[in-house]
Amino acid sequence: MLEASGITVRYGRQVALDDASLTIEPGVVTGLAGPSGCGKSTLARVLALMLRPRSGTLTVDGDPVLRWRQRAPRELRTRVALIYQQPRLAVDPRLTLADVIREPLTANGRPDDGRVAELAGEAGLTGDLLTRRPHEVSDGQLQRACVARALTLEPRYLICDEMTTMLDASTQAHLVRLVNAYRERTGAGVLAISHDTILLNRWADKTVDLFDPADQKQP
Amino acid sequence: MTDRNLLRVEGLSVSFAIPAARVRAVSEASFEVRPGRCLALVGESGCGKSVLAHALLGLLPGNATVSGEAWLKQSGAEPVELIGASQQVLARRVRGRAIGLIPQSPATHLTPVRTARAQLQEAINELGSSARADDLAERYGLRPADLDRYPHELSGGMAQRVANAIALAGDPWLVLADEPTSGLDQPLVDRAMGTLRELCDEGRAVLLITHDLRAAERVADDLAVMYASRLVETGPAAGVLGQPRHPYTAGLVAAQPDRDFVPIPGLPPELTRLPEGCAFRPRCGHATERCAESPPMDGGVACHHTLASPDLARAPEIAKESHA
Ligand SMILES: Nc1ncnc2c1ncn2[C@@H]1O[C@H](COP(=O)(O)OP(=O)(O)OP(=O)(O)O)[C@@H](O)[C@H]1O
Ligand SMILES: [Mg+2]
Repeated sequence: MLEASGITVRYGRQVALDDASLTIEPGVVTGLAGPSGCGKSTLARVLALMLRPRSGTLTVDGDPVLRWRQRAPRELRTRVALIYQQPRLAVDPRLTLADVIREPLTANGRPDDGRVAELAGEAGLTGDLLTRRPHEVSDGQLQRACVARALTLEPRYLICDEMTTMLDASTQAHLVRLVNAYRERTGAGVLAISHDTILLNRWADKTVDLFDPADQKQP
Repeated sequence: MTDRNLLRVEGLSVSFAIPAARVRAVSEASFEVRPGRCLALVGESGCGKSVLAHALLGLLPGNATVSGEAWLKQSGAEPVELIGASQQVLARRVRGRAIGLIPQSPATHLTPVRTARAQLQEAINELGSSARADDLAERYGLRPADLDRYPHELSGGMAQRVANAIALAGDPWLVLADEPTSGLDQPLVDRAMGTLRELCDEGRAVLLITHDLRAAERVADDLAVMYASRLVETGPAAGVLGQPRHPYTAGLVAAQPDRDFVPIPGLPPELTRLPEGCAFRPRCGHATERCAESPPMDGGVACHHTLASPDLARAPEIAKESHA
């Protein structure tokens, strides 16, 4: 289980997240809804060890997270992958799309170009796109690369923060199917964050609300 | 605003030169945008929607080649042909003044080191507008205090509303809105769409690029469906979405989460080597040999197998059948 409890985050004087708790079980798609600006993306970054909260605890399969970002042990960091809402803010603009997907493998000393090609294909990226840089592809094409990148190291938990908000209905259905197939194959836990309640009804096994006290009392 | 304002696009094509290949991003697009109306442009990610919008404002990178015409007619002024116009003409007469652009992924367009207010005020000053930053903020759903935040302190939805205020600071009669609701929750989507509708009802025109077919159906008068750089179906929004006649439109409508939630089979086409004939052919359950020939746009549909009424009931099944 990926368990966050009592998470509080402040940006300056502004409280972005106040005492939030959430549990993600392996093999389950947990949906997270909530109004714009309520802190869902902030929580996503905490869950992916990308943002150190002001207070609260995070455990990954029972292992407590004591250090964050680059200082977190690599083995712990790679157990959770995050797909961001805005792909343009999430990639190095100098990399080609193939390099974007390849990056986590290279950084972990496990280069595997076969895997890069396979994931790119599964994400629906045709070969002509892989040699281009982010400014030479559309937002949706870049997001497909980010989804492929998130799966390269076979994370135990996948945090999808508005993963499909910039995608057409067919591409959305395609990527949801890709994530579901990954979950079925590996038993990974998925957090699907979205404003779109119709999408969550269709995709998630259960949905939690950050501000519903009943959801906050989960063990 | 008068009825004499008009944007008429004729045979607009855009391609990009990349090493050893050419990307065909827009192919011979023709359409009109009129005051008081909202035209929604929908289609698969990567099909050319944003490029089309940027071409109208001269915002494409250096490797782009553009052809065709786009006439901007305005009462009391000489018409401007946008494709051939110089950057100077576009900057002085068009961008922000006649045509406002609400860009896709607005957070990436805001400068990180300056507050939203500084950036909105700069747009107001540049355009010599008499608008006040606080009024614009309130009109587009922000509290004046929100303007004092830096971009990283804005949620996606707030950044979107800042972008709306910046795009409208110069009181343009035509608004190009590129995915203005992505990342917004339902109340904010409704609000943003309500704002676009109001702009039309005031006599402005809106070209709305969106993936949200439900929102498009609600706010748009007309709809254009784009596939692999081409417009493949156009018509009244409710008609096109309610009774799609192009198999691609039918597949797109059926893929929505409250419908079949099944992707159109196959991969999006490579725009570097589009097939002769209909580009949807490899993914289409209706394709026959005839589709090797380009279908002309005829009565609002470019397809040799336009779905007739008896087919409509079956249309959502196309994707499923060919997937099985
Ligand atoms: N500078 C460039 N060089 C080469 N190809 C480009 C460039 N910019 C865009 N493209 C290509 O042009 C095509 C159209 O891109 P565009 O951004 O218009 O897509 P879109 O329909 O807006 O997609 P989305 O829905 O994902 O935003 C894409 O296939 C993209 O890869
Ligand atoms: Mg786009």
